[in-house]
Amino acid sequence: MKNIKFLVLGIFFAIVLSKVQAISWFRFYEMFKFQSFHMFGIIGGAIVVSSLIMKLFKSGSIKDINGNKIIPKPKKKGFIRTLVGGTFFGLGWGVSGACAAPVFVILGFKWIPALIILLGALIGTFIYGLLSKRLPN
Amino acid sequence: MEIIFQPWPWYLGGPLIALTLFLYFYFGKNFGASTNFETLCTIAGAGRVSNYFKKDWKERDFALLFVVGLIIGGVISSNYLIPDQAIDLNPKTFQELTDLGFSNVGNTYFPDEIFSNDIALSFKGFLILILSGVCIGFGTRYAGGCTSGHAITGLSNFQLPSLLAVIGFFIGGIIAVWFLIPLIF
Repeated sequence: MKNIKFLVLGIFFAIVLSKVQAISWFRFYEMFKFQSFHMFGIIGGAIVVSSLIMKLFKSGSIKDINGNKIIPKPKKKGFIRTLVGGTFFGLGWGVSGACAAPVFVILGFKWIPALIILLGALIGTFIYGLLSKRLPN
Repeated sequence: MEIIFQPWPWYLGGPLIALTLFLYFYFGKNFGASTNFETLCTIAGAGRVSNYFKKDWKERDFALLFVVGLIIGGVISSNYLIPDQAIDLNPKTFQELTDLGFSNVGNTYFPDEIFSNDIALSFKGFLILILSGVCIGFGTRYAGGCTSGHAITGLSNFQLPSLLAVIGFFIGGIIAVWFLIPLIF
């Protein structure tokens, strides 16, 4: 049961996202319309604080729970995959107001629509899996 | 106690999300959310159709517990922590959406025009939700991450692929909100 801490962390993260309204369809609509600072402040703030944390990871001054150095995995490179993949993701995010973590949180608010989005996401993931070798990088 | 039930200001969001990222890495794992879609496909048996999904999902049990936590956290928040879901929207946003035919704009987190059960189970509503989901699932796996993995973990770690992915997120999101939403509604 050593992984139970991830369950607790998930609960914490869901409460944070819910309380700062970062799961609200309206907040994402506003963001993509550049009509509010709210979401930019949240995501920007998260990036700034996280970049300081990353520095501490890289310098080795903070080690993980097992005493190992923390090395975030480098992201897969590729111009087309990131831009085209990102655009598809943005289309779904913009219309439904859901992204990968919030879709699970939204299950706790509006389970029927969230379940339909999640089902779609699994179908989309499956399609990617089938095509992955044939898609350009 | 009062503070728990009030909406939290935006400036608490960033540091608390970063704290989540910190603890996730501190517990020895790479922070992100969308790889779970693959794990769920594997559990559903997608490995029988495609080698891409032939993985040992038990290696990602920690991430599945995180997902279960997200759902529990959502249930707790919606039932106990947010007595009033009203959102302080820009009056321009309010007017635009009202003009498009949305009702009760900003009174709750989710518009009835997309998220009420009647609409979600209607032909058009179902199609909107499921196609959005397909885009989310396909896009995030092709791009290699979502808002957590790319925008927050990747950008804070100065990863170039993440910058490109986030540019893509915004291209898609802008097309969706500026063109598709007025077209659909």
